[in-house]
Amino acid sequence: MPLTRRDRVVSTEVVFFFLFGAAAIGSALAVITRRNPLASALWMIAYFLMLAGLYLTLQASLIAVMQVLIYAGAIMVLVIFVVMLLNLGNPEQLRERFNPRVVLASALGALLVLQFLVLFVSRPTGYSTPSPRAAEIGSPGTLGRVLFTDYLFPFEAVSLLLLAAVVGAVVLAKRKLEP
Amino acid sequence: MTHLPLEAYLLLSATLFTIGVVGVLTRRNAIVILMAIEIMLNAVNLSLVGFSSYLGNPEGQLLVFFVMAVAAAEAAVGLAIVIALFRNRQTVYVDEVNIMRW
Repeated sequence: MPLTRRDRVVSTEVVFFFLFGAAAIGSALAVITRRNPLASALWMIAYFLMLAGLYLTLQASLIAVMQVLIYAGAIMVLVIFVVMLLNLGNPEQLRERFNPRVVLASALGALLVLQFLVLFVSRPTGYSTPSPRAAEIGSPGTLGRVLFTDYLFPFEAVSLLLLAAVVGAVVLAKRKLEP
Repeated sequence: MTHLPLEAYLLLSATLFTIGVVGVLTRRNAIVILMAIEIMLNAVNLSLVGFSSYLGNPEGQLLVFFVMAVAAAEAAVGLAIVIALFRNRQTVYVDEVNIMRW
């Protein structure tokens, strides 16, 4: 009985990969094509949630939770706050002039994806199934143990980076002091 | 089909990364450009998690944590720059800002 259940779970992952993958590509395209930056920001939240679903198909449960908390929660709230603070909804300002760069960039981008497709089809990596330890690796216990032993120094360095970013953001966004 | 090969995730990641690059190259709004950069960071995160799960190595997922922390710092500083820019120039369109041009 556990075997059939496992088989069903695995094939569900394939279905959800295509579902979340198509939705991620669609919402990423919507982010870069919407004229209104607020619409872009809302599509961005959809994109982050779709990526969280993709992480779940890879059994990376902690990363998926962090994705929703940090990206869809914290970072996008900041972005939407700034969009609304600057009041960028003026329709005549939003009108973008047609730019031949758009055609060129899209064509080169499509070419790049095609190159990746040819590369991956002609030279397979040989990893056809996820590791049997994938669920264990994605668990908070395993990741926490590695993070606080082997990666303790980078972890502390990141806290310094965040402190520097906070100070930098305050200094940059502050009104100039009168001399 | 019960399993997808690793290439499926890598190709999806490459596609999303390319969409982010096209967004940075074509948009004028600085905030949308920052969001396109986040698209690229997330695409790389997807291939990191894919490699981590398929190779059975937790270090890829740890790298994702560090990328997330750097992305948060980048968003905070980048948006602060956009606010400072808007205060001084009343615009967030990058082609109207050429104070760095000599």
